[in-house]
Amino acid sequence: MAAAEQPMVIADDLHIVYRVFGAGGDKGTAATALLRIMGRKTRGSIREVHAIRGVSFIAYSGDAVGVIGRNGSGKTTLLRAIAGLLPPEQGNVYINGEAALLGVNAALLDDLTGERNVVLGCLAMGMSKAETKEKFPSIVDFSGVGDFIDLPMKAYSSGMGSRLRFAIAASKSQDILLVDEALATGDAEFRVKSHARIQELRKDAGTVFLVAHNLEEVEQTCNRVIWMERGKIVTQGEDVIGIIDRYIEASGGTPVDRDPVTGKRIHTRVPAKT
Amino acid sequence: MSNDRRMSAPGQLQEGDEFATSGLVTPELPDTPLAELAAQHGLRPSAERPPVVAYIRHLWQRRHFIMAFATARNIAMYTEARLGQVWQVLTPLLNAGVYFLIFGLLLHINRGIPNYLGFLVTGVFVFNFTQRAFISTSTVVTESLPLIRALHFPRAALPLAYVMIELQQMVLSIVVLAVIVVCTGEPITWYWLLVIPALLLQTIFNVGAGLATARLGSNVNDFSQLLPFLMRTWLYVSGVLFQISTLDIARKWVALLQINPAAIYITLIREALLTTQRQSQPGAMPYNALKCAQWHRTKNPLDWSAYCAPVTNPAHYWYYAIAWAVLALVVGFFFFWRAEAKYGRG
Repeated sequence: MAAAEQPMVIADDLHIVYRVFGAGGDKGTAATALLRIMGRKTRGSIREVHAIRGVSFIAYSGDAVGVIGRNGSGKTTLLRAIAGLLPPEQGNVYINGEAALLGVNAALLDDLTGERNVVLGCLAMGMSKAETKEKFPSIVDFSGVGDFIDLPMKAYSSGMGSRLRFAIAASKSQDILLVDEALATGDAEFRVKSHARIQELRKDAGTVFLVAHNLEEVEQTCNRVIWMERGKIVTQGEDVIGIIDRYIEASGGTPVDRDPVTGKRIHTRVPAKT
Repeated sequence: MSNDRRMSAPGQLQEGDEFATSGLVTPELPDTPLAELAAQHGLRPSAERPPVVAYIRHLWQRRHFIMAFATARNIAMYTEARLGQVWQVLTPLLNAGVYFLIFGLLLHINRGIPNYLGFLVTGVFVFNFTQRAFISTSTVVTESLPLIRALHFPRAALPLAYVMIELQQMVLSIVVLAVIVVCTGEPITWYWLLVIPALLLQTIFNVGAGLATARLGSNVNDFSQLLPFLMRTWLYVSGVLFQISTLDIARKWVALLQINPAAIYITLIREALLTTQRQSQPGAMPYNALKCAQWHRTKNPLDWSAYCAPVTNPAHYWYYAIAWAVLALVVGFFFFWRAEAKYGRG
């Protein structure tokens, strides 16, 4: 079925390793330092974190792929690797065109004003000065941070910060859009706005990846799901609802009530305790 | 925690738990090797290092980003201080004040150099430019990890921006320096204009060297700890505090110290700004063994060092300055570019 479609992202046995300096409690002491210098214990304090361990999948144009899994299962790392921001240790990720990552903690420069961050973000994404100037009002408007735009970003609430970041990153349409919990901290109004923007971007972008802990959001937006645990894919496929139900079961949650025909969630009102 | 079964979102999983994957085999991966499939459809590795020419073009595209980033960093650096950007001027002034206090008022040392205060302050300011460029670029990659992991842009933009910050600081320092130099009794001459090409070459050198230190500092954490000591050693052998030609060591070592890049840029700017330096350089006057010997013995009159023979030909200093700048830029750029895809790893 997929043969005629254009693959947009191919992960081929992808491995990602983070190297963490200063891990473990042995760093500061003179004795360990001496041992290191003497060459008997080389670089004792580097620890490797194998965040992605052999992941393979194909995503086609028009796909909206949901990535689910516990915290620390490698979802964010996977998106960063697709965006080309983290080099693979083994295997590779291939992409068609350019990928843009919208993340929550994609912090720009905290001690600079929102205004400067907008300009820097646009310029870093390769926009020209004129383009940046042209997009500036719409970005500020979309972010809805209002008067806070001339305050340093460290003065922002986390919701405001992520709104501004989303507004910056979403201002440019890309071939592949990677959304990493970018909407989790926003309020209801912003969620509606950003959802519309994602659908819009998806139309031009071709492929969207969505990392979300809100499983209902995944069900609503995605036609495929990848379930990851400890850096590996547990399962993936187009049976979004089936996989999500299994995921909930494995996590020890209460099974979701579904309409047997449509598969849609049935929300029963929980009676208030008296 | 483990028997909290009411969570509907990701809950607690036991270590070593295996997942119920039976019946959920993924059917979609085709038989063709994925790498081949990717090549067939024109997909490219996401973390691919672009070819040099494309890389330079991307870098040129981001020139506004580089300048905006430099300005923004510069402003952010001083936002915590009440005096703000006044510190940009205040820092070199205070620096000069310290040297004036010690060498101008407390110790009356001249080490056989006319206008020792001017000589010293010029040397310190010029060396400081290279020193600060080295030290700030050595941490640029680790400092900017959030930015690197968030947005796609040629990473060389970051060390470049940091050198631009230092250049901006240096231009202000030069203004302060000019005032100091005039105060020490030096005349304003056309030679002053030579500061511009000298500074330009030094900036190119700093960019190249900064690119190299940025890569070294990105994966060897110990490097940025070691760097201050390397820089101090470099300061002492580059003739900031003394005239290299007066050192009592073999001529080949003198020559080697004289053509080291820091010494070259310091000498060029000194000779541009300080008439006393230009006139007392060995070789400035025709060789006179007697006068030279007297200067070596008594250091008096101070400018009779001009009658000694130079170890390296001062006429060649500009060539050395150009050679160092080009060499550093080419080597530093390639060295940085080769690891382009690896900077996000941290």
